[in-house]
Amino acid sequence: MKRELINEARVQFPSYSANESFARSAAATFASQCDPTVQEIGEIKTAVSEAVTNAVVHGYRDSVGVVELLLRRYSDGVIYIAVKDKGRGIEDIGQAMTPLFTTAPDEERSGLGFSVMESFMDKLRVKSSQGKGTTVIMEKKLSRREK
Amino acid sequence: MIKLYNDGKRITAALYGDIDHHAARRMREELDNVIARSAPEMLIIDLENVGFMDSSGIGLILGRLKAVQACGGDIIIKNARPSIAAVIKLSGLSGLLAEGVNA
Repeated sequence: MKRELINEARVQFPSYSANESFARSAAATFASQCDPTVQEIGEIKTAVSEAVTNAVVHGYRDSVGVVELLLRRYSDGVIYIAVKDKGRGIEDIGQAMTPLFTTAPDEERSGLGFSVMESFMDKLRVKSSQGKGTTVIMEKKLSRREK
Repeated sequence: MIKLYNDGKRITAALYGDIDHHAARRMREELDNVIARSAPEMLIIDLENVGFMDSSGIGLILGRLKAVQACGGDIIIKNARPSIAAVIKLSGLSGLLAEGVNA
């Protein structure tokens, strides 16, 4: 059965760290249409926070640019989230996704961002091009609760 | 925001609000001041009033753990809600969690 797009939202904001909480709240509010559990909402918020923080800290290091959050809800109960920046891009995606690897240890970045996204979401895909930007795409199937 | 309860060499730092990259920077300064001033034998980080924490909180805790251990002390984390405990467990710091214990 082909899944259908039920709803979609697109949010853009400058890469100020104050917008990290805005972005995860926006994602949580959108996902709440699917009647998720408290745990699922917590996992979505955390994953979005990690992806947006990467854009703020790494994508737009020493600069401010636009971060785009694309939210989609599908008929099969899947929430699709894309976090896109037009920043510096990632030199080596495999290395960036290695647990505990960080390019910013002095700023106490733990190197766990992608591990958290992987652990809390069902699917994680990272597309990046140096000098052009990074897109992180995540999907999570929400449990359908008995009503 | 941080509230401090000082019991001799045991200091409880009750953190308030979300802990993300944005908030962690200020908490880091406040906690470092406490550690520098008091060199606690035990720093108890109380997360009861923290509704959200991502991996920026792990960086915050790890950095303070190093500072406290450098003075011979240690850290306990208490009252972490399940979503936060899950992040802490992913980081390998679950040994710091005082689960169900009123530290």
